[in-house]
Amino acid sequence: MNVRILYFARLREAFGTSQEAPALPADVATLGDLLDWLRARGGVWAEQLGPGRAYRMAVNQDVAGPEVRLQDGDEVAIFPPVTGG
Amino acid sequence: MKIAVQTEPFDLAAEVEALYHDHPQVGAVASFLGITRDRNDGEGVAAMTLEHYPGMTERALERIVAEARSRWDLLDATVIHRVGALKPTDPIVLVAVAAAHRGEAFAACEFIMDYLKTRAPFWKKEATADGERWVDARESDDNAAARWVNRLAKP
Repeated sequence: MNVRILYFARLREAFGTSQEAPALPADVATLGDLLDWLRARGGVWAEQLGPGRAYRMAVNQDVAGPEVRLQDGDEVAIFPPVTGG
Repeated sequence: MKIAVQTEPFDLAAEVEALYHDHPQVGAVASFLGITRDRNDGEGVAAMTLEHYPGMTERALERIVAEARSRWDLLDATVIHRVGALKPTDPIVLVAVAAAHRGEAFAACEFIMDYLKTRAPFWKKEATADGERWVDARESDDNAAARWVNRLAKP
């Protein structure tokens, strides 16, 4: 399965990239699985997405939780809590 | 309904007038103008950069306005949010709501701002004397939005 992952603001800077389109292993089925897969990279990935860190996720531009199942071609976004206005 | 995310400045008077000009049923327009401040968390702020999530931001703002229209009898609404480089005294956000009477207009304007602060994907980065820093989300903004969850549209 291929998904596009977008990163914004503090996370974009920490990861050093605004987006990527990885080919995911077969055992990544949900958004929570994707987070585990990203954390397994270690370093800033494990740190920024680790316990106690505040971040939000969206799938196809709707806010989503870790239980959401991913589909081929989905647009996933991971970003800090919002601070507009 | 007008939703805009833009780098350019906006014209407050023109945006408000557009909500009642040629609409004689409008009896009230409530507007909120958010301005870039020169201080935050006790530190001087020289400049700010606004980042957003193109596409999701507009969708989130449309949903917030739709939710406001489902709660109050509104005739029209405009939300304009600037992104990119801003400096103190620059207007950053405009929310303007037209209704027959002021009660709906005031309430919906405040509701849209409270939800925008917690649901629309914008992020502020401030330039201070110590360098640049991302602004942290505030619990007080979450509390302001939470007030509306169980609140009826009209008393």
